[in-house]
Amino acid sequence: MKKFLFLSLAIVAISFFGCGDDGDSKPVDNFDRSVMLINWADNIIVPAYEASVASLTALETAAQNFRQDATAENLEAVQTTWLAAYRDWQRSGMFQLGKAEELLLIEFMILNPTDIAGIESKIAVGNYNLDLPSQTTRQGFPALDYLLYGIGADNAEVLAAFQDAGTGEGYREYVLAAASKMRQNMETVLSDWKNGYRDTFVGNAGSDANASTDRMTNDFIFYYEKHLRAGKVGIPAGVFSGDKLAGNVEAFYNKNVSKELLLVGLDAMQDFFNGVSYDGAVTGASMNAYLEELGSTKSDSPLATVINDQFDEARTVINGLGNDFAQIVDNDNISMLRAYDALQLNVVNIKVDMLQAMCISVDYIDGDGD
Amino acid sequence: MQESSAAPLATFRIFFGLLMLISLIRFAALGWIEKLYLEPTFHFSYYGFEWVKPLGNYTYLLFIVCAIAAICVSLGYRYRLSVLVFFLSFTYIELMDKTTYLNHYYFVSIMSFLLLWLPAHRYYSLDARRDPSIASEKVPKWSVDAIKVLLAIVYFYAGLAKLNTDWLLSAQPLSIWMPARYHLPIIGPFLREGWMHYAMSWAGAAYDLTIPFFLWYSRTRPLAFVAVVVFHVLTRVLFSIGMFPYIMIVSTLIFFSPATHQRMLDGITWLGTRLKIRPRPIHYGSGRPVHFRQRLVLPVLYVFFVLQLLLPFRYLLYPGELFWTEQGYRFSWRVMLMEKAGYAQFKIVDGATGKRLYVDNSEYLNAFQEKQMSFQPDFILEYAHYLADVYRERGFTTEPEVYVESYVALNGRSSQPYVDPEVNLLQFEPSLRNKTWLLPFKDEIKGF
Repeated sequence: MKKFLFLSLAIVAISFFGCGDDGDSKPVDNFDRSVMLINWADNIIVPAYEASVASLTALETAAQNFRQDATAENLEAVQTTWLAAYRDWQRSGMFQLGKAEELLLIEFMILNPTDIAGIESKIAVGNYNLDLPSQTTRQGFPALDYLLYGIGADNAEVLAAFQDAGTGEGYREYVLAAASKMRQNMETVLSDWKNGYRDTFVGNAGSDANASTDRMTNDFIFYYEKHLRAGKVGIPAGVFSGDKLAGNVEAFYNKNVSKELLLVGLDAMQDFFNGVSYDGAVTGASMNAYLEELGSTKSDSPLATVINDQFDEARTVINGLGNDFAQIVDNDNISMLRAYDALQLNVVNIKVDMLQAMCISVDYIDGDGD
Repeated sequence: MQESSAAPLATFRIFFGLLMLISLIRFAALGWIEKLYLEPTFHFSYYGFEWVKPLGNYTYLLFIVCAIAAICVSLGYRYRLSVLVFFLSFTYIELMDKTTYLNHYYFVSIMSFLLLWLPAHRYYSLDARRDPSIASEKVPKWSVDAIKVLLAIVYFYAGLAKLNTDWLLSAQPLSIWMPARYHLPIIGPFLREGWMHYAMSWAGAAYDLTIPFFLWYSRTRPLAFVAVVVFHVLTRVLFSIGMFPYIMIVSTLIFFSPATHQRMLDGITWLGTRLKIRPRPIHYGSGRPVHFRQRLVLPVLYVFFVLQLLLPFRYLLYPGELFWTEQGYRFSWRVMLMEKAGYAQFKIVDGATGKRLYVDNSEYLNAFQEKQMSFQPDFILEYAHYLADVYRERGFTTEPEVYVESYVALNGRSSQPYVDPEVNLLQFEPSLRNKTWLLPFKDEIKGF
């Protein structure tokens, strides 16, 4: 008994010695993850979904009008609402949780490159079911990109194809079906968030591999690596295949907005990192704030600053690119690769340094450690 | 030959077998057989054991065989054979993919190897009832002590490994791990306090270094056991470490007196009678002295223990910081010492044309494998060779060169470049030789 007491006392004494050692005084972590989750859910995720539902509804309405009346004006309305919805998607695509994950939302929305032959044959047959996972390459934004800009050499030819007595109606029907499907999917996801999932998400404020902070942070990184860095830049530039794949750029047939979409996506990710609300009005608890609370540094600068600087650097490089990424890949791929490298540099900051500081594991398998 | 009661060995055998059975069932129930062994297309091998791979659907059979062996060990039924089968099947499972390496799996492997040589089936077992000529209430004292010594080595070496500047002076990695658990009831708020990280680090080191001695002496034993329970339950609450705490708590029971163990066995008998299980009594002491094959076994145990004492120090044969290079890190009771994370981007270059591409690791590895690979050099090298084969087969190039740009962060330090990005990894074959292609660690960690 005495020995045990002595040991306990010794441990206590030793620990006081340890704590007196101010060699590296770490700020105490007082961060409240649930406040961050509430900011994410209420100020960013749900508003982003609401905006996407609204713009996809507008797209669907425009497609309905166009189906009934194939005028140049109505086509233009479809094209304008398509671009608006595509921009909004850049802000709602990264949240692959809950219903969005269950429905494979991202696959139905932006699987690139779109399957032109498949689309054409479906339209020719006039019988298709866009609910099937096998049909993901024949719908979503890339499919509409093809139909709205790719079925003719210029806008007049596209309009002509839609007005064609033989095939026009089938095309218009398909545009409407694709737009409706997108609106439906997005609405399902939003209503799930509004009917319970928001509370589940916010309530799961723990720190295991399935806790919301860990899941969302992993999703954030996954989206950044896979969809922003690789999908929009790396894969078309041939980074992973050795061969350039210009057909994989976003909005390949539109030819004018790949850069715009990438920039919106990059802004969305940086805003999410900084906890900026969807409307830009409020800055709430975020990964940035978490890192500041932890006092994390990299090469003597605050880690959050290093990450933000690299986001800015990537934006500068991307701003220097032209609008048509397919053309850049074909003629000036080196500047495409430069954009890739600028995006790549933040992967290490976020995936290694930030995750370690926040004590988040990169794998979803909640395995044993020792 | 000093003799002692056979009861401690018998209870150890029963509980060990039982815990192993539970561990295997848990592993299967969590779906880990599929996730870890069946779904990945590529598996990381231990050097020299490249031939050990998952067996497709027969992997389930392997787990079943292992579980049956665990039951037989627990019952003491054909003990030597069943513990041999358990040792081989369990070790095979662990060798299939080193991604899943855990010190406690290694502990189970060598403990079952040790049990193979111990007469744990002479008492309170089906074997003893079947064959009265081997039944015995006494076993050589060394056979019980062998288990205690192995446990003492595990604890003491785990304690030694904690005597380093990261652990003691920076409270790393606990000061990264503990704050994240702030939501836990009662202890949660304390987990973000700096003094708490130091207190836990120092207490943990003190616990590991001293607990074997406090368990060994009868006067300190009861309180030491309380400390064992508190310590392991705490680690279970704080970290996700599966069955290990329970295995250690139950294993340390071996230090208790024969009388205590006899009471546990009487408890099992009582439980049996309540369940209307009344086995025929076992006849001990048929008069003939029981033979223990000491001349064969003792030399084996000496070699085994000398190896156990030396193996954790093999890192001294390598230059560089152990935590950084991990050369000699495994099989050394270095438990919970590092928060390490990495990122590795592989580049395949066609040696003939200079054409190049980057590898999307998720095409070949699951998230867990990618994570482990990104900061362990033997994984990186093995994977580089695999990638070369893949891209040769795909017809990308007949003369591949594989480079990696990698960054590793260790115990809260900023990430640093890890592998020399100018080195074609294919110039090096997997081996135990020093890995010269690693970049030096830009800091110093002093200690064991």
